[in-house]
Amino acid sequence: MHTELFQSMAQSIIDGDSEVAAELAQQSIAQGIDPLDAINKGFVVGVNHVGDEFSCGMAFLPELVMAGEAMKTAINVLEPEMTKRGTKRQVYGKVVLATVEGDIHDIGKTLVGTMLSASGFQVVDLGVSVPIGTIVEKAREIEADIVAVSALLTTTMVRQRDVVEALDDMGLRPKVKVMVGGAPVTRQWVEEIGADGYSEDAIGAVNIAKQLMAV
Amino acid sequence: MVGQIKSISNPALSLNILTPVDVDRIHHATLEIIEKVGVRFPSQKALDIWEAHGAQVDRDRSIVRAPGDLIEEALKHAPPAYTLAARHESQDLPLDGNHVFVGTDGCGVEVLDLQTGQRRRSNLQDVIDIVRISDCLEEIAFHWVAVSAQDCPPETRGLYELSAIWENSTKHAQTESIYSVKEARAAVEMAEAIAGGKSALRQRPVLSIMQCTAPPLGQDGGSLEAALIAAESGLPVGFMTMAACLTTGPATMAGTLAVGNAEVISATALIQLAFPGAPVFYAAAQTASDLRTGAYTGGGPEDFLFGAATNVLSDFYNIPLSMGSFATGAKQPNWRAGIENSLSTLMASLVMSDMLLGVGLLHGSRIWSYEQMLMDCEIFNIIHKMMAGILVNDETLTLDTIEAVGPGGNFLAQKHTLNHMRDLFIPQFMDRRPYNEWEAKRDGAQEWARAKAQQILATHQPDPLEPKLSAELRKIIASVEQE
Repeated sequence: MHTELFQSMAQSIIDGDSEVAAELAQQSIAQGIDPLDAINKGFVVGVNHVGDEFSCGMAFLPELVMAGEAMKTAINVLEPEMTKRGTKRQVYGKVVLATVEGDIHDIGKTLVGTMLSASGFQVVDLGVSVPIGTIVEKAREIEADIVAVSALLTTTMVRQRDVVEALDDMGLRPKVKVMVGGAPVTRQWVEEIGADGYSEDAIGAVNIAKQLMAV
Repeated sequence: MVGQIKSISNPALSLNILTPVDVDRIHHATLEIIEKVGVRFPSQKALDIWEAHGAQVDRDRSIVRAPGDLIEEALKHAPPAYTLAARHESQDLPLDGNHVFVGTDGCGVEVLDLQTGQRRRSNLQDVIDIVRISDCLEEIAFHWVAVSAQDCPPETRGLYELSAIWENSTKHAQTESIYSVKEARAAVEMAEAIAGGKSALRQRPVLSIMQCTAPPLGQDGGSLEAALIAAESGLPVGFMTMAACLTTGPATMAGTLAVGNAEVISATALIQLAFPGAPVFYAAAQTASDLRTGAYTGGGPEDFLFGAATNVLSDFYNIPLSMGSFATGAKQPNWRAGIENSLSTLMASLVMSDMLLGVGLLHGSRIWSYEQMLMDCEIFNIIHKMMAGILVNDETLTLDTIEAVGPGGNFLAQKHTLNHMRDLFIPQFMDRRPYNEWEAKRDGAQEWARAKAQQILATHQPDPLEPKLSAELRKIIASVEQE
């Protein structure tokens, strides 16, 4: 059933073609296909393929990012149909993502967001220069599993500690895990502030997030 | 003791990397980017200046779209040459197109400890130690803040770092780690104290300021406002793009050059609109991101080409250049560090980049290594020697000596040899000993470099700052902290 459509869906992700992915998602709704089937038998197959290619050195980061973007587009199209049917895509966890206040560095943080959402996490990206209060409030509001905060400057990195402390004060820890990232972040720093994990790149961040969610 | 400064001048070598047609295309692409796409200037003050000069300003998104002739006219006011002043006049640095000066890299966050070799977080004492060693080395012409003084309060950290430079060296200070209005005001005040007043500082800028752009096509608000304060006081100001192919720039090098150029010349034009004639410089350290991780690479053939191409652009705009060279992506002082730091520095020197940044950091400017610092100085010495080329005249052809030795003799005992043997390169860290001697000790460049750093630190006495001035600097920092 629908094998060809599912294959085209996977291919649209492999090609990183958001437009085609959105079209195919629409088509599947029109044909009455369960959105969860569209995701799991179609689009996810493509994501996994690109992931495997990447792991063995055949694909590169831009291909992963484009696959991730196409996946996100497809899911956005399918979302209303899932709500209508009362079904939900299973996610590994909910992540609140931000660069700390006073720091406008965006690219690494955004890349982590793309990789996490392509890998099955639900990501709320609050953007750059986000006050601590906004980050922890959002974490409480959506019952986040992980708060991930980025900083590129030694002068703003200190605010990663404030995030950990604010979550402590709100009694949200250790349920809510804290991941930190950015060029000046080291293992020593992570241990010192009592964060739960860090990674030097976006692919590594996905692995850490999965470890924290025990998947 | 106030030492000499070594620089490359009167180069005998040259390099063709971009044709005039190439430069013209990059320039016009850049103007088109600034006019049509726009550049983000997230500062009220900056947007006001742009608007007052007729640029199109989108206040909601802080995007400025400026016509090409506005940019070109503004840039015409920039002085083509000026001098970076040192605490000691003999160490002044003329940025006149005929000198290549080397500084320390910045701003690292960890240090490979000089005694234990262990990697640890950087602090103020590290800043001081690095400055003292730099003060002694003739290869190092000026200071960047090499590592972050992470044991100082974040709000005034940049000021402690600056003070550490002036307290421990007579050489010029260029800071890359002041990016707030408050710190910039205090830094200017400190520089005025060192220079001996406001107008003295204009005459002799003992401090220059380097700000990073926020690629692609953006600026940082705090950096812009700090730069405007510095420029108002006559301090030379530079904007550095670190646009990287694949992530913050297109995958193609020409496209990344244009994106970075748009960031740098739009910010430079802003300074000229606000303060026509203010000394400015172009700064760049473009790279290509890693295809697998997207990370900053800090080395590779693209970096070396960018290093040579950028001076062609800064020459086109007729302003000095501060170019990223050295600064290997290697994690230890090793094969990769040697390749990257040699090639990047050679390429940037061949085109006579005015300032090279800089020696000493590993892992993409994150980890300070004293050994790398000293070995980088040796790389510069090699390139310094190469840039002098081969002199051909009667004295160097020395036919009479050749005749005296004749077929089958040797030149060791000739007077001409005695006169010229020191023209030859004398390495500090290259192991040219017999194999057996090496085998017995198994030491080499790293050990010797470390020993030299330790020896300098133990013996070198920089010309101290007058106690009155030290007190003045401390007072300025304290007053910022009390605000």
